[in-house]
Amino acid sequence: MLVVACIKQVPDTTQVQIDPVTNTLIREGIPFIMNPYDTHALEEALRLKDRYGCRVAVLSMGPPNAEMTLRKALSVGVDRVILLSDRCFGGADTLATSNVLAAAIHKLAQEEEVPLVICGKQTIDGDTAQVGPGIATRLGYTQLTLVDKIVDLDLVAGKIRVSRKLEGRHEIVESPLPSLLTVVREMNRPRYPTVPIRLAAEVAPVELWNNEVLQLDLQSVGLKGSPTWVKKIFSPERDKGEIIGDGIGDPAGTVNLLVEKLLGKDLLEL
Amino acid sequence: MSVNPVLFGSLLAAAFLFFLWNCWQRLALVTLGGGADRFDRPGERFKRMLLFAFGQKRVLARPFGVNHAVIFWAFLILLLANGSFLVEGLFPTFTLERILPAGVYHGLTLLFDLASLLALAAVVVAVARRLFFKPSYLDSAYVKGRSVEGFMILSFIATLMVAFFCLNGVRIALGDGGGAMPVSALFAALLSGNSPAALEGIGIIAWWVHALVLLAFICYLPLSKHMHILTAIPNCFFQDLNPVSLPPREEFIPGKPGKSYGVGRVDDFSWKDLLDGFTCTECGRCQDACPANATGKPLNPRQIVHSIKSNLLANGNLLKAGRPPLVPLVGEEGEGTTTEDAIWSCTTCGACLVQCPVLIEQMPKIIKLRRHRVEMLAAFPEELLSLFENMEQRSNPWGIAPGERTKWTGTLEVKPFQAGVTEYLFYVGCAGAFDSRAKHVTVALATLLDAAGVSWGILGRDELCCGDSVRRLGNEYVFDRMARANVARFKEQGVKKIVTLCPHCFSTLKNDYRQYGLELEVLHHSQLLEQLVAQGRLKPAVQNGQGKLLFHDSCYLGRHNDTYDAPRAVITAATGSAPGEFGRSRENGFCCGAGGGRMWMEEQLGSRINLDRVKEALEQEPDTLCVSCPYCMTMLEDGLKDQGAEQVRVMDIAEIMAEAMVPR
Repeated sequence: MLVVACIKQVPDTTQVQIDPVTNTLIREGIPFIMNPYDTHALEEALRLKDRYGCRVAVLSMGPPNAEMTLRKALSVGVDRVILLSDRCFGGADTLATSNVLAAAIHKLAQEEEVPLVICGKQTIDGDTAQVGPGIATRLGYTQLTLVDKIVDLDLVAGKIRVSRKLEGRHEIVESPLPSLLTVVREMNRPRYPTVPIRLAAEVAPVELWNNEVLQLDLQSVGLKGSPTWVKKIFSPERDKGEIIGDGIGDPAGTVNLLVEKLLGKDLLEL
Repeated sequence: MSVNPVLFGSLLAAAFLFFLWNCWQRLALVTLGGGADRFDRPGERFKRMLLFAFGQKRVLARPFGVNHAVIFWAFLILLLANGSFLVEGLFPTFTLERILPAGVYHGLTLLFDLASLLALAAVVVAVARRLFFKPSYLDSAYVKGRSVEGFMILSFIATLMVAFFCLNGVRIALGDGGGAMPVSALFAALLSGNSPAALEGIGIIAWWVHALVLLAFICYLPLSKHMHILTAIPNCFFQDLNPVSLPPREEFIPGKPGKSYGVGRVDDFSWKDLLDGFTCTECGRCQDACPANATGKPLNPRQIVHSIKSNLLANGNLLKAGRPPLVPLVGEEGEGTTTEDAIWSCTTCGACLVQCPVLIEQMPKIIKLRRHRVEMLAAFPEELLSLFENMEQRSNPWGIAPGERTKWTGTLEVKPFQAGVTEYLFYVGCAGAFDSRAKHVTVALATLLDAAGVSWGILGRDELCCGDSVRRLGNEYVFDRMARANVARFKEQGVKKIVTLCPHCFSTLKNDYRQYGLELEVLHHSQLLEQLVAQGRLKPAVQNGQGKLLFHDSCYLGRHNDTYDAPRAVITAATGSAPGEFGRSRENGFCCGAGGGRMWMEEQLGSRINLDRVKEALEQEPDTLCVSCPYCMTMLEDGLKDQGAEQVRVMDIAEIMAEAMVPR
């Protein structure tokens, strides 16, 4: 039994700036990290491994240097990492990306049963939250998004019950397996790698699957398979803030000022 | 007087066999430990052994140490007397008098007599101390100041001395003793009313009391903390010769994970660590000096060492048989087990290290224990997770983008370091580059360097964290990567001289990186500023303005690098007068609470270390607290805020000097 976690290597967005002329990310010198939401997906897969003894495979579609991020997955103890990389996969939008990932999972599922696929809820660079659901659709798995807890998992009966974190409430959903989960940060606390596993991971193999392996129609991958493309990236303009009152000298007066302002903008109801 | 040599001989042989067997048992346990290279520079080691063991240098650092020194030196002198006593017991015809020239013999007997008197007096004082004015640090969880063991050994010594006087008193009274023994002569006068036969009887009793107590002492020695009599001298010989007691470097080979990293069970310690266990005399000085212990935290450095010994004794036979230990080294509170809370309470301030009279290395043991928790078990306080990740990903504790490392420069014109052109690399450090308060110090130092015409430059966004915190926290794997990256960068940039504003960067670059083959001239800014003042390159314009100023010693500048005078000289130059001192200063300086990675952890156990320090300062009603470390700056400022004493300014020496440069 194999649990698959999908991860993406993303630029460390706290260090990213946008080129004002070309409206593209300035990528030079920006370190790459594992998409933070995906670290929780990976951790959940490892917890299933700890609990049920299943194996864990990690997939990532990206350029060859994404191998570095896959090694980080190896260093926390996954069994198999596969980099899906081919020139023809480049320039993919969320649809084309989910085509490649779904094909890879499908291939894995031919060797070994894959009851669960786990993804982060979204990436911090694209922020679309579409790839996970896209994979689920293409694989015919039930999609359970925004999961913050697996309430119950019955691998024998093929059932899963999860808690979904929605705005202001939680929703408990039960679904048959196989399923695809997208997870939020509250799901778990990712483990810290131990040194022996790290040292082993430094030299462990990262499998490379290109389109010769996946045999996808060129019209369904990469730029050609992408019905959407980025027209422009820009930082939204923001109103200038102001400091009101004297919070230290006159806290009560400042609160009144604030309430008046909020009332004036219809942001507060009396 | 005559005794039965056969009876005595068999008792002596039995006692010696018992003694040797127990010594062997314990020292064989020491060999279960791992390697430690402590045989280099034997000449230097011998010298230090003479100084610390025979010279009792550290023992004498506290007033009561005089008492121990008296017992120690008397013991050495009386070894000869007791040796002769044992030989006399075996060969009744033998006496020292017969084999030594009269003058030498008389001198020796006088010496023996006086040494015995001094030892007896010292023992009386020691008993009185334990009974009537016992310092609290004599007690720990498992060893008490008023222990049976302590009183037993003291009474053994006292009995030996009294029996010695009686025996020689009888000899003098019988006209048998030829030496010059004024104290024994007093005993002779007391005994002179007895008949010769009665004297003979008293003499035999005194002889056997002396003999039996001596044999009991020999038997008891290896089973008690008094084993230190045997182990302290070699322990001083095998001391860490480095200026700072550094934890050893660990080797990480990709693809070849070692069996274990750090210390998870007692035989993961080095043989020197285990020898330390048998050397500890439970004097409690480290306990008394430890800031964690002083603020009610569960760490007691003495107990760390005691636990190692207890654990080794409890598990020794299993380990020798190649079986897993039963008593855990780290876990729930118990003799032989150290708790997680104790391990994580250490600020690595080194107060224990400079206190120990027999050069036991407490703090590095704690780091080894931390290493195992972090490297093998990934078990550490939760708040450290983000620190470790920030360090690995962005090479600074806060996880701020490396591009912001140069933000402090503002409108200053700061040049990048250039090999062959720039003299000093100003290694700004993470606090100096990112911490909003410390950035003022960075700017002050930059201005001073410019004013003095120093050639300096920075690495800017290419500067990496030195890794101090991760190393002290036991994350040696990450430290190893950071150290290798820094060493490579310094070499490739052609750096020869470095000035830092943080004592943690200073000590790490200067001392820890030696383990990576990097030997540069590294100066803390206090040292460079002191030089610049002495050379007349920095001339203060005004010498006032700080009011009553107290200087707080940074542990990593002071104890770890023995630099106490440089910052004081800078303050004196800047203010015109020597700084005021805390009650606890220099070697006895009290940590701010932020070392050893504690800067990045919550302080939930006991009271807060920085408050203890700030309260100590406020007793003197100062206007300014002067520091030489960004961590101390944060901790003291926080402490002052907590005490509602924000009118007291906390200033770095560089800021004080920079203020003095500006004419008013």
